[in-house]
Amino acid sequence: MLRDITLGQYYRTESVVHKLDPRVKLVATFMFIISLFVANNIIGYIIAALFLIMCIALSNVPPKFIFRGMKTIFFLLVITMIFNLFLTPGKELVSFWKFTITYEGVKMASMMAIRLIFLITGSSLMTLTTTPNNLTDGLERLLRPLKLFKVPVHEIAMMMSIALRFIPILMEETDKIMKAQMARGADFESGSLITRAKSLVPLLVPLFISAFRRANDLAMAMEARCYRGGEGRTKMKPLIYSNIDRIAYLVIIVYLALVIICGRILF
Amino acid sequence: MIRTKNLVFEYIRRDDEGNVEGITRAVDGVNLSVEPGQFIAILGHNGSGKSTLAKHFNALLYPTEGEVFIDGLNTEEDKNIWEIRQKAGMVFQNPDNQIIGQVVEEDVGFGPENMGIPTEEIWERVEESLKTVGMLQFRKASPNHLSGGQKQRVSIAGVIAMHPKCIIFDEPTAMLDPNGRKEVIRAARALNEVENITIILITHYMEEVIYADKVFVMDKGHVEMSGTPREIFSQVDKLKELRLGVPQVTLLAHELRNAGLPLPEGILSREELINELKRLK
Repeated sequence: MLRDITLGQYYRTESVVHKLDPRVKLVATFMFIISLFVANNIIGYIIAALFLIMCIALSNVPPKFIFRGMKTIFFLLVITMIFNLFLTPGKELVSFWKFTITYEGVKMASMMAIRLIFLITGSSLMTLTTTPNNLTDGLERLLRPLKLFKVPVHEIAMMMSIALRFIPILMEETDKIMKAQMARGADFESGSLITRAKSLVPLLVPLFISAFRRANDLAMAMEARCYRGGEGRTKMKPLIYSNIDRIAYLVIIVYLALVIICGRILF
Repeated sequence: MIRTKNLVFEYIRRDDEGNVEGITRAVDGVNLSVEPGQFIAILGHNGSGKSTLAKHFNALLYPTEGEVFIDGLNTEEDKNIWEIRQKAGMVFQNPDNQIIGQVVEEDVGFGPENMGIPTEEIWERVEESLKTVGMLQFRKASPNHLSGGQKQRVSIAGVIAMHPKCIIFDEPTAMLDPNGRKEVIRAARALNEVENITIILITHYMEEVIYADKVFVMDKGHVEMSGTPREIFSQVDKLKELRLGVPQVTLLAHELRNAGLPLPEGILSREELINELKRLK
């Protein structure tokens, strides 16, 4: 159950999307998210879907892998849909007991659902095709202008990359602690939501302690390997734009323009 | 290569309000010197101060009293720290907690990146170090999918890529299975023999010590014994006093000797014992 989260998990294969500069992918994901909120009609979403399908096809990542992350947002999705479905005022479509489903509600709910699904798929695709180190490198470069405002960009990027590296390790650890406690009679699966949440407390305490211990060890290991912040550091994989990246930028701009024109202005 | 002079290190224990509760002397008056190219082992049971001592060799801890010199550089001078850390690399106990990269080669490149090595040279170093520890075919793999021994070899490669003169292994095998242990020790010995890198191995497994040029045995922060493995292991009773076991073969030879067989002290390997026993017939 804990292994289902694909966010932040790199899928190793060779593809055009994998080879792209992380900055391109970050910008593209950002543009894609903007496009989802700009698009206001079905044509806009069809274009977005086609774009997404094209990217997935180019990435060589099995779709099964991408949609695995969807399970975790299923509840959020259902709740959003229900709220939008029943609480949007407008022209009545069906009505039973105290509830009314309006025409606008259906439209709103499906739009929200599509947005959420596309958003998660798009960002999963980015993290699946980019190694976290690459991703944070890209972020560091993109956010570099913020250094002028004394934002510790390198440190933030390093923290993110370490957090991502430790997600699977801490997951495994959670699993281990859970099994150890289950072996001694702890019950994580029955009872009301509140009892279940409460039963997680004894799980979190050892997890936090171990996380701190790991952090301590890691800091020492990093220092032992001459880590001293971003100053004077060279890059093993410096970011240099190639022609594919330039083409990708062009594709994204065309895509965004298309969504704005078709999804907003024309129809 | 490494020289300590009256090294003392004290941990200050504090209670919840930050008042000093007591002082623990983890390392107490250690004098030792290591020559370049040697394979040194430091033995001791838990809490004997051996890991604390090791952290002084990498300027991770500073002496409370006394001095530590690495290749002639005093660890207490701030300007020396980075040079010392490059010269004396360190491999830690837990393989998971010292790998920073999400991909093997990125992790190996972490040290050279910090040192400001130009990109092309980083790649050369990464390839060469992974080849040295025999992990080149895993260069694109995620560290999470490797076995413990393989992860430790990646950590070793990460240190080699910094071109150190000396590598300190702080109980590198404590969390590994017997196979992983063999892998790591083999890698350490190869580095010593082929690349002539000074190795300092901190351990409590006796079997790993027999290849060392010199062994230091620590107890309560002191160096209690020092000498070649043969000299150390011929004193089985003294080692028992320090709560340390000896390799099985050595123990067997010792017991046989006590039972009246004219065997020499300090037999380290199975072949040696077999030969000695054959000679007796």
